Amino acid sequence: MAQAKKSPGTAAETPPSILTVNNIEVIYDHVILVLKGVSLEVPQGGVVALLGANGAGKSTTLKAISNLLYAERGEVTKGNIAFKGDRVDARSTNDLVKRGCIQVMEGRHCFEHLTVEENLLTGAYTRGNARKEIKDDLELVYTYFPRLKERRSSLAGYISGGEQQMTAIGRALMSRPVMMLLDEPSMGLAPQLVEEIFEIVKLLNEEQGVSVLLAEQNTNMALKYAQYGYILENGRVVMDGPAAELRENPDVKEFYLGISEEGRRSFRNVRSYRRRKRWLN
Amino acid sequence: MLFFMETVISGLLAGVMYSLVALGFVLIFKASGVFNFAQGVMALFAALTLVGLLSGTTPFTHIDNPAFAMPAWVAIPLTIVVMIVFAILVERFILRHLVNQEQIILFMSMVGLAYVLEGAGDILWGSDVKVIDLGLPQGAWDWLLDGYGLYIEKIELVAAGTAVVLVAFLAVFFQKTRIGRALRAVADDHQAALSVGISLRSIWIIVWSVAGVVALVTGVVWGAKSGIQFSLSLIALKALPVLILGGFESIPGAIVGGLIIGVGEKLAEVYGGEIIVAIFGRWYEIDPGIFSATENWFAYVLALVFLLFRPQGLFGEKIIERV
Ligand SMILES: Nc1ncnc2c1ncn2[C@@H]1O[C@H](COP(=O)(O)OP(=O)(O)O)[C@@H](O)[C@H]1O
Ligand SMILES: [Mg+2]
Repeated sequence: MAQAKKSPGTAAETPPSILTVNNIEVIYDHVILVLKGVSLEVPQGGVVALLGANGAGKSTTLKAISNLLYAERGEVTKGNIAFKGDRVDARSTNDLVKRGCIQVMEGRHCFEHLTVEENLLTGAYTRGNARKEIKDDLELVYTYFPRLKERRSSLAGYISGGEQQMTAIGRALMSRPVMMLLDEPSMGLAPQLVEEIFEIVKLLNEEQGVSVLLAEQNTNMALKYAQYGYILENGRVVMDGPAAELRENPDVKEFYLGISEEGRRSFRNVRSYRRRKRWLN
Repeated sequence: MLFFMETVISGLLAGVMYSLVALGFVLIFKASGVFNFAQGVMALFAALTLVGLLSGTTPFTHIDNPAFAMPAWVAIPLTIVVMIVFAILVERFILRHLVNQEQIILFMSMVGLAYVLEGAGDILWGSDVKVIDLGLPQGAWDWLLDGYGLYIEKIELVAAGTAVVLVAFLAVFFQKTRIGRALRAVADDHQAALSVGISLRSIWIIVWSVAGVVALVTGVVWGAKSGIQFSLSLIALKALPVLILGGFESIPGAIVGGLIIGVGEKLAEVYGGEIIVAIFGRWYEIDPGIFSATENWFAYVLALVFLLFRPQGLFGEKIIERV
C-alpha cells in the first residue's frame, strides 16, 4: 500500500480488508486516461467514503471494481484489485456479483417498465431458482424498506426518486452481497430522504454485515456515516484518513464542506466530455 | 357481406405471418438494440434445415437418402438445436465484438449475416424449391364452407393457431420466468442489468435462440403454403412496415401491426380498384384491376402514412417521464 498513508495507530487496529484497490490506472476508449494510480482499502464490515467533485473519477473507480467498465470501453491498464483476497480485475460483473460484490449505480437505474417487486427479483438473478430463500430475502428487503412493500406492484418508472433509490439498493441486497459499492445515493434527493437512506445503509452494514464503499459528493453526509474517507481529485487520491480527522481538516472544510465559498468555486471547473452515440450506451 | 368477411379473414390469416416475422425482429431489437436484418433468412434457413432432416438429405451433396430420413419428432427438435447453435455463433463471432459500436456498424454486420446465412443455406441444402410435408391439412374447411359459405384454407387456420400458441407461450415466458424477467430487464436498461450480474452474452444467446424458433415456425408455416424457396427470405421486407406500424419495441404492436397490414393489403387488393374508379372514374378511364398487385407496395404506403401521424407506432413504448 504505497499510497495509503495511515497513521501506525489505526493500521494496527484495522481488521483485514475485504477490498483492496492497488494503484490502478483506467483508460477509456484506449486514449482517455481517467484514473492515474488510485489505491484504497475497505476493511471487512467497514463503511468507507470515496469523495470528490464531479468528474474526479469516483464512478470510474467503482466501475473498475465491479467491472462495469468493460461495457463502456474502459479498461484497467495498471495496478490490481483484490476482493476477499482474490484478484478480480479481469472478472466479469456477473462473477463479482456471485462472489458478493455488487454496485448500485449512480442515478438509480431502476428497470422502469418492471414493477418494484420485479426489480427486486432481478437482483436475485445470479442465485438461480432458489425460490424459498429468495422469497425470504424479499421479505427482508421489505422490512428494511417498508415503503417498497406498499409500492411493490407499481412500475418503477412511476415511483418517487427516493423510492427508486431504495429499489436500487434493495435490488442489490437481493444478491446477498457482502460488499456494496454505492454510487451517489444522495443525488437529487431532499436532505431528509438522504438521511433516511443513509440510516438504512448503516443498518444494513451493522445487521447484515455488508461492507460499503460509498462514492459521494455530499461530503458532509458521507463523513457522518463512514469510518474512513478518501478524496479523489482528477483521478488521484489526494488525501485520506479517518472520517473524524477529515471532517476537521481545514482543506476539506474549505473545499468540500463548503465552509469557504471561494474555495468551492475553484473546484467547480467541471470537465465535460461528449460521447458519440454508441450501441448499448 | 360474406365476401367481405372472407376477405377480412384471409387478410388476418396472412397477417399472422407478418406478425411472426415482426415478432422475431422485436425480440432481438428489444434485447440487444440490433435490427436483425437476417430474420427472414433465418426463417428460410430453419425451414431448409427441417426439410433436409425430414427427407434425409446429405448436407453439401443435396442428395436425398431415405435411409437417413428422420421422423418429425426428431427432426423438429434437432432443427431447434441447429438454431440455438446458430445463436451461439452469432453471439460469439458478431455481437460480442460489437459492444459499444455505432449503430451503422451493427446494421452492416446484420446485412452481412443475412447474406452469409443465405449462402450457407444454399451450400448445405441446395437452392431448388422444396416441399415440406408435416402432414398439415390441406384444402378448405368444410363446415365453414357448407354452414356459412366461407372459404377458409385449413392450413391457414393451423398457421394462425400455431402463431397464437407461440405468442401465448412467449408471453408466459416473458412475464413469469426468471429468464424472461431478465430479458425484460435488459431491454429496459442494459447497464443496470449488467450491474445486478445478468450476463448480456447469455441473454443474447437466449433471445437469438427464441428468434430462431420463431423463424422456424414462420418458415414452416409459410413454406407449407407456398414451398420453401428463396422468396421466403423476402417476407422480412414485409416486417419493416409492420414494425413502423407497431413500434420497434412493442410485442403487441408487432402482432396487431401484422394483422392490420394483412387485412389492409387484402382489402386494398379486392376493393381498392373499385374505390379508385368510383372516385376518379368520372374524369379518367381507369382499369379496376389497378390494385390487383398490391402485395409489394401497399404495406409501405400504409407505413408511410402512419409515420406522418404516429411515428412511435401504434403501441410505441411510452417513455416514462417523471417529475
Ligand atoms: N465512458 C466514458 N468515456 C470517456 N470518458 C469518460 C467516460 N466516463 C467517464 N469519463 C470521464 O472520466 C472522468 C471521471 O468521470 P467519473 O468517474 O464519472 O467521475 P465522478 O463519478 O467522480 O463524477 C470525467 O472526466 C469523465 O469525463
Ligand atoms: Mg459519478
